[in-house]
Amino acid sequence: MLTKKVKKRASFLSLLLIFLIIAVFFILKSLTSNILYFKSPTDIQLSQDIIFSKKIRVGGMVKKNSININNKEIKFIITDLKHELAVSYSGTVPNLFSEGKGVVAEGKLQDKNFFIADRILAKHDEKYMPPELKDLMKKNVK
Amino acid sequence: MFDLINPSRIFHWIEKLINFINSIFFILLIIALTFALILSPPDYLQGDSVRIMYVHVPSAWIGLASFTSIALLSILNFIFKIKNLNLITKSIAPLGLMFTCLAIVTGSLWGQPTWGTWWAWDARITSMVVLSIFYILFILAHKLIEQEDKANKVSNIIAIIGLVNIPVIKYSVDWWNTLHQPSSIKLDGTSSIHPSMLLPLMLMLLVLLLYCALILLMKYKTEIIRIKKKNIKRI
Repeated sequence: MLTKKVKKRASFLSLLLIFLIIAVFFILKSLTSNILYFKSPTDIQLSQDIIFSKKIRVGGMVKKNSININNKEIKFIITDLKHELAVSYSGTVPNLFSEGKGVVAEGKLQDKNFFIADRILAKHDEKYMPPELKDLMKKNVK
Repeated sequence: MFDLINPSRIFHWIEKLINFINSIFFILLIIALTFALILSPPDYLQGDSVRIMYVHVPSAWIGLASFTSIALLSILNFIFKIKNLNLITKSIAPLGLMFTCLAIVTGSLWGQPTWGTWWAWDARITSMVVLSIFYILFILAHKLIEQEDKANKVSNIIAIIGLVNIPVIKYSVDWWNTLHQPSSIKLDGTSSIHPSMLLPLMLMLLVLLLYCALILLMKYKTEIIRIKKKNIKRI
């Protein structure tokens, strides 16, 4: 079964695959900043060169008890448990937008601590459960 | 070893299998759909749109699994030149493309009520689009190249190159920040889906897998007939 031709093809293929994996690894590595769908508040605090005129996305968790609604304007704080970023937004929010849940805001940075969003996306986590169970869990916590 | 899948010998087995799957398919489909659409509870956050998941997740799994098997068979075929494997990969490809597109479309339908957008160019979604492009290239190679040997060679190479994309899709949600949530069912078997929702998911997976087997066998049968028509006694 293992004739010379077979060996030749096998080694050609393994070389091709190794080469491909290395190439894809480097391509993905150099594109990391483009692949990231959103930046975390920590990324923004740590980065040196922020372009304030360019649209970016910031993501994290909506801080508990931070949502403040007055006159169609919604203010809340995005946190990644290390750094925080205040966000201001006017418009409709998706149904899943709520305190303690993931959120992605699209818009422009005003300074390192203040962000004006023109689009809000809710980020869903990987947990799925029926509503009765959630109520039970809430009761147990209390 | 490869005698087991010798086309001329298993022809009547294929017939029997097709009839068997046909007889149980619709019963299972009705059971799975009842669980998925009526008996399972709505989600505590998403409400009824969680039911889209029962089609979306199995479709995505099947899309990935089909391409992985096409690529692995292509590697075998490229090294050992077993012509029969070409018939199998050729039969899997349209199914895989269909389920990949189904996963993308249902994901988009789910994204609108939950995320608030139809489309996002995040790593998971983009890499799934790349997967569907690889499927299309694979199928086009067979359709456009007239010489069969050359078509087989080109499509094999396309599948092997596309294999690198598979781990990127799988781990995209862990490597980068994405809008898409990480997987609920981990490879080690733990899951963050409540059992009352896991059951319909697994039932739907079973039904869709049976559907795949059915279409695959029918397609494989036609490919064998096509070859027999060309009066080739042995392949």
